[in-house]
Amino acid sequence: MADLDPPFGLLAELTYACPLQCAYCSNPLNLDDYRDELSTSEWQRVLTEARELGVLQLHLSGGEPLQRHDLVDIVRTAAGLGCYTNLITSALGLSPRRAEQLREAGLDHVQISVQADDASLSDRIAVTPSFERKLAAARLVKELGWPLTLNVVLHRGNLDRIARIVDLAERLAADRVELANTQYYGWALLNRDALLPSREQVERAEAVAREARERLRGRMDVVYVLPDYHERYPKPCMGGWGRRQLTVAPNGDVLPCPTAHALPLPRANVREHSLAWVWEESPLFQRFRGTGWMPDPCRGCARRDVDFGGCRCQAFLLTGDAARTDPVCHLSPDHDLVTAAVHTAGERPAAGDRLVPRPHPHREHAKR
Amino acid sequence: MPSTSPTRTDDAGRPRLAAHVRLTFDPARQRHVLLAPETVTVLNGTGAAVLGLCDGTRTVAEIVACLRDRYDTVAADEVRAFLGRLVAKRCVEVGDG
Ligand code: SF4
Ligand code: SF4
Repeated sequence: MADLDPPFGLLAELTYACPLQCAYCSNPLNLDDYRDELSTSEWQRVLTEARELGVLQLHLSGGEPLQRHDLVDIVRTAAGLGCYTNLITSALGLSPRRAEQLREAGLDHVQISVQADDASLSDRIAVTPSFERKLAAARLVKELGWPLTLNVVLHRGNLDRIARIVDLAERLAADRVELANTQYYGWALLNRDALLPSREQVERAEAVAREARERLRGRMDVVYVLPDYHERYPKPCMGGWGRRQLTVAPNGDVLPCPTAHALPLPRANVREHSLAWVWEESPLFQRFRGTGWMPDPCRGCARRDVDFGGCRCQAFLLTGDAARTDPVCHLSPDHDLVTAAVHTAGERPAAGDRLVPRPHPHREHAKR
Repeated sequence: MPSTSPTRTDDAGRPRLAAHVRLTFDPARQRHVLLAPETVTVLNGTGAAVLGLCDGTRTVAEIVACLRDRYDTVAADEVRAFLGRLVAKRCVEVGDG
């Protein structure tokens, strides 16, 4: 492909092990299938290939990346290659000693998730006492001179507290706060009825986010990820299939986005292929690249280069066909699937639904 | 105290890269890039040259003068606007004159 650009970002999902059990976790349902994790040297080879391919932003995620005992080595390799390294963490396991080692290894930026603005709700959503440790870790991140992002996943159980969540981010002197409405894949789709907010909740939250973004401009970036079920148009998922980003799962599977493991497509794995082959030639990455695969109404739509027909995973999970228009789009013939879910959410009591926590996966020890 | 106000990219300000951003050359794209949390800015030759001169001691006026030695046409207001955008994104900080 002559017009294929190099990827900008790699999401490295180092392990799906995590001490928390958030019911909206985007990890796969079949967590135990990812026990055979890449070794340190395999990750180091992947990072070298990624940098050669043009990757500049490395996101170290999971699960909980601090569960990998070799995280410091992986960071040191990535920093040495010239990647900008971001740690996306629940902060459990970020001891002062570990933090200093990561700082010395060249880690550039830390993103800490909190589940709400206060301990009792945050710990209930995480199904683990963790809030106070998260705050201590956030202060440590600032003391060591890192830029700090606070990540909060929003849903009907915490969306009304968005103003207090922004206050918390300000108190922690965060440089960025990412307020991301839940995306319904994996465990979140399983828990959708209990997580999906009402339209009124969404409208109130959006007004608060807009006000905060203006008020804090130049001091703290307020990033608000829209709840796509409540929008007219879908999101341009990952900036387009195989266009800017790639993901490597704990077992070495390479994916155009972290939820694409659910799609019935041929696999591509770094144990069998180079990252360059996967990006440039694999059937998986070619499948929904560009606009040639599109059905109506996307095919003739003026927005096809803006949102790329939306999310392939969402199309598959809701309709059973990954090549359909994202049902979130109001032009999609399947849009009633989404409006029905939003309508039901509006009728339900504000809280009190039972959430299915994601379990702790069984795990082999990572090989060297 | 460094000022982070977007208006301080006038001639006497002394810009420098913020501590958490990195200017580097990307062989895959054959371009300089500016890396910050969640952002990559791919730079053209002049942009890279401007940022390479932002060391916190040169003033904007001095940076423009340096560039004029290297390039035939350098529009001072374009340099100020470029730096102003990066100040707004908190990639560049400006110390007072
Ligand atoms: S969403 Fe929660 S459970 Fe899933 S990886 Fe993140 S912190 Fe762990
Ligand atoms: S029809 Fe397709 S391309 Fe047009 S807005 Fe909807 S999803 Fe996007």
